[in-house]
Amino acid sequence: MSLKKACAIAGVAESRLGVVPDSTVLTLQAEAFAAALADAGLEKSDVDGILVSGAWGRLPQLQIAEYLGVQPSYADSTSVGGASFEFHLGHAAAAIQAGLCKVAVILYGSTQRSKQDKYIFQIRNDLGYQYEAPYGLPTPVGAYALAASRHFAEYGTTSEQLADLAVSTRAWAGLNPKAYRRDPLTRDEVLDSGMIASPLHRLDCCLFTDGGGAVVVVSPDVARTLDKPPVWLLGQGESLSHAQISEMPDLTVTPAAKSGKRAFAMAGVTHDQIDVTEIYDSFTITVLLTLESLGFCKPGEGGAFLANGRTGPGGEFPLNTNGGGLSYCHPGQYGIFLIIEAVRQLRGECDARQVADAVIALISGTGGVLSSNSTCILGVE
Amino acid sequence: MANETQPIDPDGDPYWAGAAEGELRYRKCGACEASIFYPRAICPACGAPDPAWAVSKGAGSIYACTTVHRAPPAFADNAPYTVLLVDLDEGFRMMGGLAGDANVAVGDRVTVTFREGPDGRPAPYFTPA
Ligand SMILES: [Zn+2]
Repeated sequence: MSLKKACAIAGVAESRLGVVPDSTVLTLQAEAFAAALADAGLEKSDVDGILVSGAWGRLPQLQIAEYLGVQPSYADSTSVGGASFEFHLGHAAAAIQAGLCKVAVILYGSTQRSKQDKYIFQIRNDLGYQYEAPYGLPTPVGAYALAASRHFAEYGTTSEQLADLAVSTRAWAGLNPKAYRRDPLTRDEVLDSGMIASPLHRLDCCLFTDGGGAVVVVSPDVARTLDKPPVWLLGQGESLSHAQISEMPDLTVTPAAKSGKRAFAMAGVTHDQIDVTEIYDSFTITVLLTLESLGFCKPGEGGAFLANGRTGPGGEFPLNTNGGGLSYCHPGQYGIFLIIEAVRQLRGECDARQVADAVIALISGTGGVLSSNSTCILGVE
Repeated sequence: MANETQPIDPDGDPYWAGAAEGELRYRKCGACEASIFYPRAICPACGAPDPAWAVSKGAGSIYACTTVHRAPPAFADNAPYTVLLVDLDEGFRMMGGLAGDANVAVGDRVTVTFREGPDGRPAPYFTPA
């Protein structure tokens, strides 16, 4: 059985983004929830599914359902880091296909910036982590830096190539009024921005913002009753690889290799049919490794693929068209914003940054330290 | 960090006891011969329970490395410092610190040494071979 067209996305929305001091993780999710339902043309009373992931609070599923006043017949709190929401999309599709719910909302909210909540940077010193804890590797950036070091050594990839991705992504942000950083960026500014963990510089790293998002996922029969054109889930795959970077089997191959293969097979589309691509950019290296693992280029060719503006506005491979986690927003678990942007591109709602004639989009969410990945392929008919 | 104590647990206790004696211990599966690190109560390759303990010669090569400039607060006084992933010759990979401030690169040969970790317990670090 396949999840192809098992569900459609009917509404998407962000909450306020950036620095939102007068907010909580609940208020931001409530904002996004209401806006996404309005976008879909649905009411709160239609919602019978809730999917949420966040490292906040005690039993987040219960807290958010209570706060919103929803008593869902289906709920999921799969937590695999920033990719959780791409996993949720597949899980919502399966639940809808099984008849467990008809209108499911995927939610995320974070106040990490204004509350200075740095929980994700703490390495535990118990269980498996006790074997990494003594060495002071900052998480997650240090783990991604190790992967970059391996790719550089194995394939001759350069900091200049990674910097070019940051520059292209910033150029997209310049076209998005909601993006946090919009000033043009140069390769030299990235290279001169200071080393965090070699070979990654400060501007190879994502933003640290507040923000929330919501995605309304509906059954095919609900989708056909709504005003806006449905954005169909054509294919989805997910894969887990490890928890700690020292346990990653090959630092140059991410679990996107497995999740991507499954999503492409389910969707029945080929790489050259993808019009727009939204790939988790916690760090520049994340995108490079993901593109290779998904098969958009061969192993070792990611650096050349990203160089010289190819992924920026006007380039042949439109990538992270909202400005990405590098320049638009990154409230800790960025994956929900990949879905929001892909849906807007497929609906033609992106104004200055609209990719012409976009009908099929690929989303790739990464979580942990290259630990989890889900690929989703969306299309408008 | 000095006042933090690493937990002692059934998986880790023999390992840390080995480190205190200058021995790099890992586990070796009797069923499938896999070298297992970090130590655990099951073979992650074949699922066999309770793999045997073994002692590594401590020689290997650098699989990946990074020099940390912006360190977590507990490590800030030491920055910059280098963290390694090392492939030991017995066929397992582990994280380690670089002892000293030599320049190292992926592929370099290293050998294990034991230094006091941030919690005061000896932990494996590596030096260029
Ligand atoms: Zn075994």
